[in-house]
Amino acid sequence: MGLTIAVDFGSTYTKVAAVDFAKEELVGVSQSPRTVDSDMTIVLHKALENLRVKLGLERLEPERFVACSSAAGGLKVVAAGLVRILTTKAAEEAALGAGAKLIGTYAYGLSPHDVQEIEKISPDMILLAGGTDGGNKECLIHNAELLARSTLNVPIIVAGNRIASQEARTVLERSGKEPIVVDNVMPELEQLNVEPTRNVIRETFMKRIVHAKGLDKAQALVGEIIVPTPTAVLNGARLLAEGTEEESGMGELMVVDVGGATTDVDSIGLGRLTGDAILKGLQEPYLKRTVEGDLGIRWNAETILEKAGTKKFLDRIAELDASLTGRIDPEAAVKYLASHVDYTSKNDDDFCIDTCLASVAVDIGMSRHCGRIVEAYYPSGKVQFQYGKDLTNIKCLIGTGGIFAYGREPRQVLEAGCYNINEPESLRPLNPDYYIDESYILWAVGLLSELFPSAALRIMKKHLKKV
Amino acid sequence: MNNTQNTKGTLVTGVIGEDVHIVGIRSVEYALRQAGFNIVSLGIQVSQEEFINAAVETNADAILVSSLGGHSKIWVAGLREKCEEAGLDHVLLYLGGKLIIGETNWEDSEQLFKEMGVDRVYPPDIKLAKVIEDLENDCKRKGEAS
Repeated sequence: MGLTIAVDFGSTYTKVAAVDFAKEELVGVSQSPRTVDSDMTIVLHKALENLRVKLGLERLEPERFVACSSAAGGLKVVAAGLVRILTTKAAEEAALGAGAKLIGTYAYGLSPHDVQEIEKISPDMILLAGGTDGGNKECLIHNAELLARSTLNVPIIVAGNRIASQEARTVLERSGKEPIVVDNVMPELEQLNVEPTRNVIRETFMKRIVHAKGLDKAQALVGEIIVPTPTAVLNGARLLAEGTEEESGMGELMVVDVGGATTDVDSIGLGRLTGDAILKGLQEPYLKRTVEGDLGIRWNAETILEKAGTKKFLDRIAELDASLTGRIDPEAAVKYLASHVDYTSKNDDDFCIDTCLASVAVDIGMSRHCGRIVEAYYPSGKVQFQYGKDLTNIKCLIGTGGIFAYGREPRQVLEAGCYNINEPESLRPLNPDYYIDESYILWAVGLLSELFPSAALRIMKKHLKKV
Repeated sequence: MNNTQNTKGTLVTGVIGEDVHIVGIRSVEYALRQAGFNIVSLGIQVSQEEFINAAVETNADAILVSSLGGHSKIWVAGLREKCEEAGLDHVLLYLGGKLIIGETNWEDSEQLFKEMGVDRVYPPDIKLAKVIEDLENDCKRKGEAS
């Protein structure tokens, strides 16, 4: 039996998913926590051994591996542009869509102090935008000059004004830096061109970053690590939405991934206007990813409670299970979780707290991802403007991650992300069908889609559960 | 002007404030493109901030504001000051349209908007040839000064 094994080298766990393509079946999934000595190959061997035992096999004989990684803090990127809501935002969209973790964003030109700060936070990659083609050149060249004088020694992707980009390349190369010039992320005003930059980020990730993160040894075992994990999830979501020539997709959809350290939201859809508002602002990407670094249900458990407010949190607990009212102290519970970040729920109280935390995270994460209507009152009457994507007509909302695979109230968590009468201006899905990725394999399907897309899609469909 | 060398200048155009009268500015844009300008069109109901952000990012030579609702005073006030704050003190501000409701003396209106920092103010019946000529001269002068 030839097994294809998808591997995710994560920060806390290394996950494996084994697929039999001949039978189009998911054979099994397993994981192993990362140890302190953190040799990735040892963790991988443990995860594979767990899988072997689980499957009751004498030997595990993988035919091939495919792998993604979010180890060592993920792909850490700093983005810089000119106007905050134009080229800076375009650079952010490009980086996030390539699976990056944004650790810093700068608008309107860097200062020497900013550069010191960037040296300190030590990104894996820097993305410079600024100026439309034919537009501003000074900002990009100024930033390149400052970075040329810095101690930073990481790839610098230059995706701004076409002519300034060439000058920036010269300036950076002269100081021995590693510039990579790519098409402008915003060639015309408010027009987004993120794909070329996303592709270069992915290539650079494969060529340079994997090596820098000490994953070489693991790579010798599993072959090339092709993408950062969030990109694998986004690819899986895209496959599921669009389908292939022989297997139909599910149409425009959204995926929400609630993790211990972040909450990610992906939308695959045009998000065009549905009402009669006037569209404003930067064009939105068809594949849009947002990451909320303040909404992880372990690391940020205390922040989430703070954002919701203890009273609202207690109300939510009462809604879920009235018998728990008065028994749970939310403040103590979140404090415990934040200091025991690999804790998994064991009893009713734990599951209830997790559902509440995830609901708040999904509520805020979806609200930040989806567009909104802003009303203005003029002498002639009321006018509506739309900023961002209109996702009210999305018919399919999928939850992926531990809280959906192992939690108790997945539907309640997903519902928290949809249209809310108290926030009517937010263009969130009105009435979607709810699904969960019950075996937690969307990331693996994203990886497998590069090999056999139709089979990968059929496997994913089998493991999507309507809730 | 990097890769717009073959144009006479980059102009950001739009209808300011609550106004939705698109036809006028579209005709103006057409004529200016024919005359060799690079147009960055923002459409209708454009806020001051949108004009400014567009001008910063595209390195514009001029902002052309259209206003046909008669409330131009409300919408244009403060635009020059915001331009200065955004480092756009060199950008030309042009304003045209039906600026003020009712029978007012044109010279008074023109004076009012010039005091707000608008470089050129045009009445509704202005000939586009005149606007083009002014733009050509102003952009050229600006180019020589910088």
